[in-house]
Amino acid sequence: MEEYLERYRSIVGDAVINHLRQLARPLRGIRVVHVNSTREGGGVAEILHCLVPLKRALGLETTWEVIDGNPDFFEGTKKMHNTLQGNRLSIPAPMLKNYEETNRRNFERLEGVLKEADIVFIHDPQPAPLLGFCENRRGKWIWRCHIDVSRPHRPVWNYLRNFVSPYDASIWSLSSFAQVLPHPMYLIPPSIDPLSEKNIDLDPSELEGAYEKWGLDPGRPIITQVSRFDRFKDPLGVIEAYRLAKEFIPLQLVLAGSGAPDDPEGAEVLEEVRIAQGEDPDIHTLLLPPDAHRSINALQRISLIVLQKSLREGFGLTVTEAMWKEKPVLGGDTGGIRIQVFNHHTGFLVNTPEGTALRIRYLLRHRDKLHEMGKKAKDFVRQNFLITRHLREYLTLMIAVTHAATDRIELEG
Amino acid sequence: MENPFIVRDCALIAIATGLRAQNLRELSNRIREVPPACIYYHFWGGLLRAKFDDPEFPNDFASWAQHSLHDKRLAERLAIINPLEFENMEGLRRELLEVVDERLDELDIPPWVETDQQFHFIRTQIVVFDTGMQVPYPRELMGRIQSFSLGSIFYHFIDARRRPPYKIDDFSAWLETFDGRYADLARSIQAIDPYFTNLHVLQSELKDILDRHFQG
Repeated sequence: MEEYLERYRSIVGDAVINHLRQLARPLRGIRVVHVNSTREGGGVAEILHCLVPLKRALGLETTWEVIDGNPDFFEGTKKMHNTLQGNRLSIPAPMLKNYEETNRRNFERLEGVLKEADIVFIHDPQPAPLLGFCENRRGKWIWRCHIDVSRPHRPVWNYLRNFVSPYDASIWSLSSFAQVLPHPMYLIPPSIDPLSEKNIDLDPSELEGAYEKWGLDPGRPIITQVSRFDRFKDPLGVIEAYRLAKEFIPLQLVLAGSGAPDDPEGAEVLEEVRIAQGEDPDIHTLLLPPDAHRSINALQRISLIVLQKSLREGFGLTVTEAMWKEKPVLGGDTGGIRIQVFNHHTGFLVNTPEGTALRIRYLLRHRDKLHEMGKKAKDFVRQNFLITRHLREYLTLMIAVTHAATDRIELEG
Repeated sequence: MENPFIVRDCALIAIATGLRAQNLRELSNRIREVPPACIYYHFWGGLLRAKFDDPEFPNDFASWAQHSLHDKRLAERLAIINPLEFENMEGLRRELLEVVDERLDELDIPPWVETDQQFHFIRTQIVVFDTGMQVPYPRELMGRIQSFSLGSIFYHFIDARRRPPYKIDDFSAWLETFDGRYADLARSIQAIDPYFTNLHVLQSELKDILDRHFQG
């Protein structure tokens, strides 16, 4: 187990690993449970796959439980997710009843684990009502909200707030995502795992293979956006920016994303992208399976510039991933992109296709600057957005919630 | 080892207060009411979190005035506030209010920002813990300083100034207990301006000063 943490030593350095070990000392032996609604797919599961074994490596008895539900439950929670992010939909009462009932059933299954835990982390709205069923709990319960609830559909937020207010604390990715709740609202941005398939260093032969696999020309610059086919990611704006820049410099564009077959909007947007792409052989629209982590890794690495021209964004971990691969990022001036992309340092914030095209031309004209910004971007991620920083903040939070709620906690010995 | 330097470490975590300001008047009102840990965070928290514009705008208030309010005059005045001059956060709060309120007096209409550019007041919790490491003599600090975590650098060089004997870092305070033998070294360390930099650079500067002193 110890070795799991040691693998990060060569990436983040001795001081960071030693710091984590010392910080975790007072927490050794405590029972920690994470609960979410899926073992595979999505950013939450990705983070837990890494965070749970790291906590174990530090001596915390950590388990990960997943709630189950019928298709109606997941349809309801998907609706809830969308409305919390601003869509004005109503959720039918039977769906909400099923949401609560599913949580009650899951609580009965998990009761022993949840009641015995010292700290319970409940991720996102799906399992939020579990706390309400846990009478005589001994541990601290923390609700981890991974989504942007800055402008929710109020009736749905008011409904959910009844379930999350009684928690001992909540965690948000950015202060601008948070709604006011009657308990401490901790701020912990997400992170990437540098050793995951999506981020690990790749062999040069694998990168060469990627050119061939996707029909890309290694001799001409490649710019890439990796994202779902979603209007908020503005893929049409990306194509427009590419066209404007291509008038001045030879260029290839990759738009890579995964699409769920049951996502009607995704299919619609993909169709719009294909129409906009027309007959241009240098635009490569790739619909990849959700587990194509290594392909995404390779595509980001063979690109000169990575784009994330979102009109609205959560944290934007695709930005973090690209920066870790020493790519300057042209990112939409929104959400978490703003705390990652700094003009002239790690990329440029852009607002229009014209602005994006201008920055593409600038970076391709000034290759030394492009490489310098890429190196700075990687360093910035190393210091701020790797899983080790995320782990440090979780440990700090766990110490904080198990001590008196003072501004300053001095640990003995 | 009669008087070792006991190396401690710390970790900071940010907490949203839910308080926000959308114009300069609101900023002033909020500054009056937020907890001291909030003022601390917005002046010093930048050293321990993701930030790139710190050399130019060393505190969050100045940065917001420049980038969101677009009030350059106010940004300059806020940026020059030196938090090291104040023994506690209340003194710093008064100075901050003085600058903001003076600017409000100069303007007919308080400048405002769009919703997604609001100033979010954040406070900190700090967890301090022992590393088990002790440095027996000043010369040994030279070899050890690079192995300190950034949390240790923050705790001993920044956070120390709000603990007795106040306004002095722990390294200098320790060196001054050696009957004047390390007075020059202590003075050199005290001369480091910790405000327009980051913790990596501070750590390197400390190392350079120690190297120069002990190795010539």
